[in-house]
Amino acid sequence: MNVNDIRKDFPILDQQVNGKDLIYLDTSATSQTPSVVIDAMTEYYQSYNSNVHRGVHTLGTHATEGYEQARMKVKSFINAKRFEEIVFTRGTTAAINLVARSFGDMIIEPGDEIVVTEMEHHANIVPWQELAKRTGAELNFIPMEADGTLTKNSIEATIGEKTKIVAVTHVSNVLGTINDIKSIAETAHNNGAYIVVDGAQAVPHMTVDVQDLDVDFYAFSGHKMLGPTGIGVLYGKSELLDEMPPIEYGGDMIDFVDLRTSTWTDLPVKFEAGTPMIAEAIGLAAAIDYIREIGPETILAHEKELADYALSRMKSLEGIEIYGPDSRAGLITFNLTDVHPHDLATALDSEGIAVRAGHHCAQPLMKWLGVSSTARASFYIYNTKEEIDSLIESLKRTKEFFSYEF
Amino acid sequence: MNFNNLNQLYRSVIMDHYKNPRNKGVIENGTMTIDMNNPTCGDRIRLTLNVVDEIVEDVKFDGEGCSISMASASMMTESITGKNINEALAMGDEFSKMMLGEDYDITEDMGDIEALSGVTQFPARIKCATLSWKALEKGVKSSDSKL
Repeated sequence: MNVNDIRKDFPILDQQVNGKDLIYLDTSATSQTPSVVIDAMTEYYQSYNSNVHRGVHTLGTHATEGYEQARMKVKSFINAKRFEEIVFTRGTTAAINLVARSFGDMIIEPGDEIVVTEMEHHANIVPWQELAKRTGAELNFIPMEADGTLTKNSIEATIGEKTKIVAVTHVSNVLGTINDIKSIAETAHNNGAYIVVDGAQAVPHMTVDVQDLDVDFYAFSGHKMLGPTGIGVLYGKSELLDEMPPIEYGGDMIDFVDLRTSTWTDLPVKFEAGTPMIAEAIGLAAAIDYIREIGPETILAHEKELADYALSRMKSLEGIEIYGPDSRAGLITFNLTDVHPHDLATALDSEGIAVRAGHHCAQPLMKWLGVSSTARASFYIYNTKEEIDSLIESLKRTKEFFSYEF
Repeated sequence: MNFNNLNQLYRSVIMDHYKNPRNKGVIENGTMTIDMNNPTCGDRIRLTLNVVDEIVEDVKFDGEGCSISMASASMMTESITGKNINEALAMGDEFSKMMLGEDYDITEDMGDIEALSGVTQFPARIKCATLSWKALEKGVKSSDSKL
């Protein structure tokens, strides 16, 4: 894989920010969009923009084909068994909320347990808090080791007979921890529980095979995997999705509507009320093609190389705190001593370097780390070692700047 | 090195308030306590005030946040001490105008708050600077009946 060639596919990277070449290290928040994705969406709007599943006319047929082909691409990308198992949503958050509302309300009884971890993004905590409140269930947390990993022991000690749902992230958006989903799924199933996985930080970066992992539900977002915003995917085992009631009602999702009662159409459209995200689905399909062309293994290897390089260089800096395990996905969360992450991010931005600063939508995890916020640099296919070198130099200057006696 | 424009933001008077905050702490038995978060970044502030006959007799701030939010809070406490509470609110309005790049009226008797004018060049940081003023406004509005 040639990073310089790849960078040419991302017009946004070729610009200056505050007089410096842009160095984009915030992919974990949102990835950049290659021309092929932008072009696919432009082509849709310029030549076959139409509503799906409705019109008899040619454009409508073409749009429906584009939308449903996108679903087939997602199905094959994550190796789902059937296309009915792929529900398009607004994003990971909407997908997890769908499971909590529909599946959660259906199966959870008072006294049941819902198990999550302390490393979750708010999107994989708050829907379960609310479900627990609605149903009288208990919310339990798998404790983390000091380096931000989960052990088999703690997983098995937390998941028990009363556990009905285990909701866990595949890759932590703060620590970079890669959880062993296959093993957690096995423990959940051995206890008669179902597993829901937040895959937003995993699918863009590694091969995800939902059948091999044996997960019941798996959610991810388009905009973190080179696709557009406004689209995500809920994978669910068809036998579960079949039993679940819709949570939104209206156009497209019905079978037959009478004045006082209606019936629902088949999967997956049962969960896709209203006009769906057609252009976005088509864009997502183009992003999947792009990722497949490079290969998820190649992508992961490149990110690991960058993360290892960045980690070793950052560790050599004085006055830096780095969070998370040594073996991690392509992101590094850190703090400089005596420099608030906001001030740090502003200083880096003044040199054209985009990093995230804040609580990363993971306030319980910030509390666990004992900080109010952190900075995070995250890497993807278009990042280079030279960019990391620039980051290190900027970090040094930032430390120097804020250590002046003003 | 492109840190020259950073100096507009991090002026020495600001860093002085950050490193040597004025009125940091909590007033026990004050007349008003306000907690405010900046949910986008995790900064939080607690303002405690002692307002007697509409006069801010004492004000302290506590919390954690970036240099801009903490320095702004420190400056605000100095600016409003001894002022009528409505005058303090009006000062907050002028401060907001300054942040929005509009014409504003900030006079020397308002302390150091004008030093934050450089923040307007850094739109992502405006919310940091206005956090303490927003807290003051929230507190006064919710306790209007008591004043």
